[in-house]
Amino acid sequence: MTTPSTPPLSIPDGSRSAKLPVIEIRGIVRRHGPVTAVDQVSFEVRRGEFFSILGPSGAGKTSVLRMLAGFEDPDQGDVLIDGRSMLGVPPNRRPLNLVFQSYALFPHLTVFENVAFGLKMRRVAPPLIAEQVREALTMVKLLGKESRLPAQLSGGEQQRVALARALVNKPAVVLLDEPLAALDQQLRQEMQVELKSIQEQAGLTCVCVTHHQEEAMMMSDRIAVMHQGRMWQIGAPREVYERPCNLFVSRFLGVSNELPGRLEGLVGEHRRFQPSDDEQPPLLVHPVSDEEAGRSATLSLRPEQLRMTHERPARPDPLLRGRIEKTLFSGSNTKYLIRVGHDRLWEVRHRSGTHLPPFALGEPVFLSWSASDGRLFFE
Amino acid sequence: MPPRPLPSRFSSLPGWLAVPGLLWMSVFFLVPLGLVFAISFASRGTYGGIVWEFTPSNYLDLLHPLYGKILGQSMWYATVTTALCFVLGFPLAYVIARSPVRWQPLLLLLVMLPFWTNFLVRTYAWMILLRHDGLINRFLMALGVVDAPLELLYTPAAVVIGLVYGYLPFMVLPLYVAVERLDPLLVEAAWDLYASRWAVLTHVILPLTKPGIVGGCILVFIPSIGSFITPDLLGGARSMMIGNLIQHEYLVVRDWPLGSAVSFVLMAVVMTAVVLYYRSASRTDGPLEGR
Amino acid sequence: MRHSSAGLNVVSLLAMLFLYGPIFVLVLYSFNAAHLSMAWRGATLKWYAALMHDEALLAATANSLLIAVVSTIGATCLGGLIALGMDRLPGRRQLLIEGTLVLPLVIPEVMMGVALMLFFVMLNMPLGLTTVILGHIVFNIPLVTIMLRTRLRKLDPALGEAAADLGASSWQVFRYVTLPLLRPALWGAILVAFTVSLDDFLVTFFTAGPGATTLPLKVYSMIKSGVTPEINALSALLLVLSMSCVGLALHLQRREV
Repeated sequence: MTTPSTPPLSIPDGSRSAKLPVIEIRGIVRRHGPVTAVDQVSFEVRRGEFFSILGPSGAGKTSVLRMLAGFEDPDQGDVLIDGRSMLGVPPNRRPLNLVFQSYALFPHLTVFENVAFGLKMRRVAPPLIAEQVREALTMVKLLGKESRLPAQLSGGEQQRVALARALVNKPAVVLLDEPLAALDQQLRQEMQVELKSIQEQAGLTCVCVTHHQEEAMMMSDRIAVMHQGRMWQIGAPREVYERPCNLFVSRFLGVSNELPGRLEGLVGEHRRFQPSDDEQPPLLVHPVSDEEAGRSATLSLRPEQLRMTHERPARPDPLLRGRIEKTLFSGSNTKYLIRVGHDRLWEVRHRSGTHLPPFALGEPVFLSWSASDGRLFFE
Repeated sequence: MPPRPLPSRFSSLPGWLAVPGLLWMSVFFLVPLGLVFAISFASRGTYGGIVWEFTPSNYLDLLHPLYGKILGQSMWYATVTTALCFVLGFPLAYVIARSPVRWQPLLLLLVMLPFWTNFLVRTYAWMILLRHDGLINRFLMALGVVDAPLELLYTPAAVVIGLVYGYLPFMVLPLYVAVERLDPLLVEAAWDLYASRWAVLTHVILPLTKPGIVGGCILVFIPSIGSFITPDLLGGARSMMIGNLIQHEYLVVRDWPLGSAVSFVLMAVVMTAVVLYYRSASRTDGPLEGR
Repeated sequence: MRHSSAGLNVVSLLAMLFLYGPIFVLVLYSFNAAHLSMAWRGATLKWYAALMHDEALLAATANSLLIAVVSTIGATCLGGLIALGMDRLPGRRQLLIEGTLVLPLVIPEVMMGVALMLFFVMLNMPLGLTTVILGHIVFNIPLVTIMLRTRLRKLDPALGEAAADLGASSWQVFRYVTLPLLRPALWGAILVAFTVSLDDFLVTFFTAGPGATTLPLKVYSMIKSGVTPEINALSALLLVLSMSCVGLALHLQRREV
């Protein structure tokens, strides 16, 4: 066991091992009866990084978090923290702390006692406890509310106490389980900014589980996308958003305008793509070296990659015809749903205040994009 | 959120802690119960002892009209008690559930408080009221309703009054829970759709509070059928119930095997009621096991 | 809009009158100076005074208190441990235990009394204070366990996990989280067990030998041997005693966080 030490709340020992992973997960498998909740998941978390595990409900992300915290053990694989295997190590001996989704604040203890709990369990001397709790409460801006009970706090304040209660222990990693899910929209946005700045200021290493893709992208250094027990892609938010590895990731991270079709021969630098819907003309897509002509694929484009015009554009970019099916105005932007072919709706967004010509319902339009933007996914 | 994979439970302490208590319950409860069961198949010795020879004769003896009358009488008293508790308890539960929320705990407490006081003493209170020169007779005579005091005490009516008095809270509590859950807007909707007061009651309120009604009735029936104190103090020799018969066989006649057989007949009746209760409670949320 | 009509209110009022009338009359008449009649002959405390000089009654009181205290302590320990321990057992075993614990609460008390008496007699155990206490622990264990379990179930399991995550050992989780959160329910259970033991007649009736008279047994024999004004006074005292125990229990439960 490490003895309780008391460096100030800042980057603990960044110089020593900034590049070394704090957490290493090696091929963990977790079964619940016949269901494989977590299937061969491996990843690393680096020191000082904000790492999010993103996925829909039931993806297995909470299981991963619980295995990290020590409430569950994997059926296969290994969990290493600072290079030490954590298998069989109970939660109270693991150098990480969890911020619960429900906060799990002790209702019978004051804010001070809640935050002091971990230090008290490790038998830190009372004067030191007082000092460190004060420091943690300062960081989450709750100074002066030490003697309140959790029931007397607002949702946002409870969230801050839960955070302070974890970070006062200077854990190697702070685990966050849907940290902002219980807050209303506005508070949630404020806390996203604040949580991020606390994390940066204190140099915390965070692993966050969430199903909210915008939140994950805004706060994280890296994102791991989980689905059906597997981790499909790990990378920086921009990378995962712009270069998703499959259709699921593409759809989960944002709007994916899709067109199924078949790859054909080369045309100059590009390759020809014939949509399955024969009414559409062939399109040009960027060349990918190893695929052969004749393979089926789905082309996917983000709304912001599309240009929508009344007139056929002059440039020889890939192009689709469509018809405005719905316009949805939401203040800062207008969302257009465009019927492309028989059974496909594509989405385009125009920011309010940009002087783009307005489009009317039922109007025929042209959608064009740069041939290098479209992403191809093979079955 | 995905469902919690492991059944997370609160206690952090090991399961074997339950062992001493469970051992206690086994030795001092299950074993004695089994003993009664075993004895119910033995027979009585000449001087009151037990002869360990398997025989169903004790159960056959219960078919005797004398015992049959007591069993039937007990069922009848318990049934009437249950019905009266419902008639009194439903309005009470309804009024409590529809009173201002901050008054409700207090009103419920008022209903429950007598239950937590000494049962013997409460039954004795009725003796004062029902006696030959008791308060009720004095009152009736003072009003000139009757000329001579009525025989109130030591009658079946006295037994039923005592049972209703003792177990009314058991009826009110589940009914209160059921009525409290009933959305008042449903009643208004029925009214709005041309239902009369009676139709609202029979078509909306009663069907929707049925689980509470069933629960309450069973909760009253169970202790009523097994009661001893009430018929012993308020009933006469002719208003005996099963409980009194058991006590009589054990302590007066000292026919333990027969007493045991009576006990198990009673237990069978009670267990049937318990099973019915859990069936009705498992379909909805039971008032005892609020989950 | 309220739907309770005047009729409903009247019936409810009658029901309340029905519940409290007899108690009120009993307490009132415990102050009646008349010796054998129900006629009111002015207020007096002499029946209460008479109780204080009744040696047998004082002995019965001492017995009752001793039985209540010992059986409450025993049942709280044993029943509390069941509640804490069974939380960790697999679901099916929990159901089995629950069934076993509900049984003593639903079977007729006469039966429990008879069964215990038979058991003790067969073991050649002399009936007395010991056998009464053993029996009282039996019906108090389920009460304690069920009350504590109800509370345990309402607690968020994440609280225990949070404590473990913050470095608490199993014992520390119990000491600093479970126990404080359980405390109001624990006091409630203690008071309820104490009250039930104090008021019990039937199990005591069958398991007490001639030497172990308790207050309810005393009341019973007084009633059976002919009504005297002292019973009214004694009954009134018992009513006050159990009502204050329950009042206290409810007050403690109310403060649950």
